[in-house]
Amino acid sequence: MPKAAATAQQAAPAPQARPALWSDYVQLLKPRVMSLVVFTALTGLVCAGEPLHPVLAAVAVFCIAVGAGAAGALNMAVESDTDALMRRTRGRPVAAGRVSRGDALTYGVLLSALAVALMGLAVNWLAAGLLAFTVVFYAWFYTIILKRSTPQNIVIGGAAGALPPVIGWAAAAGSTPLDAWLLFLIIFLWTPPHFWALSLYTSEDYAKAGIPMMPVVKGAASTRLQIFLYSLVLVPVAIAPVFTGLGGLWYAIVSMGGGLGFVFLAFRLWKSRAGDAPSEENLQKGAEGLYDVKAQTKPARNLFAFSILYLFALFAALLAEHGLKAAP
Amino acid sequence: MNAPHDDDAQKEGAKAARNRRNIAMALALAAFVVLVFVVTIVKLTGNAG
Repeated sequence: MPKAAATAQQAAPAPQARPALWSDYVQLLKPRVMSLVVFTALTGLVCAGEPLHPVLAAVAVFCIAVGAGAAGALNMAVESDTDALMRRTRGRPVAAGRVSRGDALTYGVLLSALAVALMGLAVNWLAAGLLAFTVVFYAWFYTIILKRSTPQNIVIGGAAGALPPVIGWAAAAGSTPLDAWLLFLIIFLWTPPHFWALSLYTSEDYAKAGIPMMPVVKGAASTRLQIFLYSLVLVPVAIAPVFTGLGGLWYAIVSMGGGLGFVFLAFRLWKSRAGDAPSEENLQKGAEGLYDVKAQTKPARNLFAFSILYLFALFAALLAEHGLKAAP
Repeated sequence: MNAPHDDDAQKEGAKAARNRRNIAMALALAAFVVLVFVVTIVKLTGNAG
């Protein structure tokens, strides 16, 4: 039996700590992830520039949100064993034993089926098909297969998080032109530096849970270099919409200014010692030495925080430009 | 081992939580029915996709 699976079995969720509340079922939908999905999907829908009845547009965004939430519930059902081992995730409803695995699975399957069916009937079947693909890709391919088998897990798995603007575009236009896939590519290339920056200061948890995140498998130095290389590819791609006509002046300013900031922070991270194991010298210093180790993670925390702001600003600029253009 | 009144309180708590979940489920289902109804009306009355 693989080591991760053995560890996972030992850490099976405890018996129900307290009865499940409705708020646990909301938490199963990963509301924070859902809010980013809604925002990027809405951007895709507005950028498509095709008139869609406001009620149907709202239904499309609602279906994408529920589909993403359902994928989150399925992810928590499947990963309850490893979630219970990590500080960041051990309070989740299934990992903490408040909701059973079976209930979370049923909930996830039911919600995803309803979201896909409603999207197909109310909007169109291309958007519904893409939504179904996204849920299956995230909950099955990423969570069950990729995440525990390769350090490239979040690179490939990032496709699931990158699809919502394409689904939004398909919902409005009934097609997915090149510009829609450009939005996909921006999120796809943004995901590795974003998550690897986070994993540089949480890699201990991932190692404990047996998840082969990049810093666990290849080490912190290699991860920092890869973050920098990804940022060099991401920034020009994020500027590309200016040249395809998708982005206007504001988008040009945000993508170029934000891009410079991103590359600068990624460069500083590359040159830092974030994620390195504490040296003998630091260990001997005791508490003071451990403080030094924590201070070293600052460049990783800075890039992680900036990456969220950067993606938000890019999509907000597009949303504002196209939203104002469409306004009467 | 729990005292009998602790068990009763636990059972009551579990029952109350189940009732609240059932109400939330009923409201969600009702909202879904209304949503499907509204979508149907929109599709039938306008040239909405």
